[in-house]
Amino acid sequence: MTDLTTLHYTTEHEWIAVDGDVATVGITDFAADKLGDVVFVELPEVGGSVTGGTVVGEIESTKSVGELYAPVDGEVVETNQTVVDDPSLVNSDPFGEGWLVKVRFTALPDGLLDRDAYTTLVGE
Amino acid sequence: MPDLPRSSPLGDIHVALGAAFTDFAGWSMPVKYSSDLAEHHAIRNAAGIFDISHMGEIAVRGLRAGEFLDATLAGRLSALDLMQAKYTLLLNERGGVVDDLIVYRNGEAEYLVVANASNRDVVAEVLRAGAVPFDVSVTDVSDGIALIAVQGPRAQEILERTAGLEIVAGQASLAEVRYYRATAATFAERNVFIGRTGYTGEDGFELYADVRDAAALWSALTVAGAPLGLVPAGLACRDTLRLEAGMPLYGHELGADLLPVQAGLGRVVALTKDTDFPGRAAVEAGAPAGSRVLVGLVAEGRRAGRAGYAVLSADGEPVGEITSGALSPTLGHPIALAYVDPDSSTVGTSLAIDVRGSRIPATVTTPPFYSRKK
Repeated sequence: MTDLTTLHYTTEHEWIAVDGDVATVGITDFAADKLGDVVFVELPEVGGSVTGGTVVGEIESTKSVGELYAPVDGEVVETNQTVVDDPSLVNSDPFGEGWLVKVRFTALPDGLLDRDAYTTLVGE
Repeated sequence: MPDLPRSSPLGDIHVALGAAFTDFAGWSMPVKYSSDLAEHHAIRNAAGIFDISHMGEIAVRGLRAGEFLDATLAGRLSALDLMQAKYTLLLNERGGVVDDLIVYRNGEAEYLVVANASNRDVVAEVLRAGAVPFDVSVTDVSDGIALIAVQGPRAQEILERTAGLEIVAGQASLAEVRYYRATAATFAERNVFIGRTGYTGEDGFELYADVRDAAALWSALTVAGAPLGLVPAGLACRDTLRLEAGMPLYGHELGADLLPVQAGLGRVVALTKDTDFPGRAAVEAGAPAGSRVLVGLVAEGRRAGRAGYAVLSADGEPVGEITSGALSPTLGHPIALAYVDPDSSTVGTSLAIDVRGSRIPATVTTPPFYSRKK
């Protein structure tokens, strides 16, 4: 079980787990629940570079389409093919098996939220 | 300041069940309780229970009620048997669809007109405006009625097992009542009108009950149904279920500027009846040449076209637009309803859907996408 207080959060409802210079990125339980059952995930190419704040993927539910924003500048070092094959992991385990991409970064952006700030944002 | 959305008489139950809510036609209604996919599959395989109390019910009473409805709506309602239902349309003078309706004949001189929540007031207004010469009364009875749908292959069994729900002597039993027929029951000593109708493509019933009994009836149905796999179901799965069944949704496949024939509903307009009715002349004149028609589209993969997405020819020319689309939970591939140019509407035509810049190949088909086994 991921300790949610160790994660960073964005106002786009993504979470970031930092390990050295690699950020693992997923969407929060709040975002997954709002989307509904996720049925399709499109992720960026491994090896490509991403720019913080830009759209790098899509998360589709039965009802709607959500965009995945890169929370940091950097290079995609891994994508979660398990979640591409079984998108329901985004709903069932958003902070674990449902992670989406790993990005090697040089600096974290300003304005990331901690757990308390994020829960306040979503009104929980 | 906009009005707050209205709450259903079952609102407290939905909150207790942990529903997520959505604003729909001015009502706050459950969009899902747990997983919309699980709810969808439950209705295909067992049963689900929906609160659709936002729908409008308008009672039309009088000896000439059938004649009046023939002169107002597109169908021949005077021909309905007692306790029979009919899918029909209210048209404007241009032949466009004001609303699609279910009409039940629930008495010798009494009909119940069921309208979409968003169109309840306009339908009631049109009916009232024409009622006087026919000496019929038109009463919007929606606020007194809770509408609960139990849908799925186990629906009949669930209603039969529901404590306190008793068919009125002389009325059809639940086993006897056929599709688009109705029966009468009591619950808590008050009347419940039960139609074998629905919007999911499965067998099922819609129960019109007194709002005062709504919570108790919902609970009794749930207690009876839970061991058979009944789950509470929200509007999200209702939409994917009706889409798979190829059923139109007002505001998507139907609207004031679309003729019934464009939506594949030409047969719903009874041009053989003697009476004039709004829209008749326009329907008889036909849709202008080149008018788009509603088709089904099927695609491969998992990326679904959605309402508003462009439909392209094989050469990439725009030929239409999707009105509803989803990854079909039952079939596992994308399905959509779309209005396309007539020369792109032939079954088997290869088209493409513009999914946010990517072209997804799609093939024209005839809805429904899913039909239950009889």
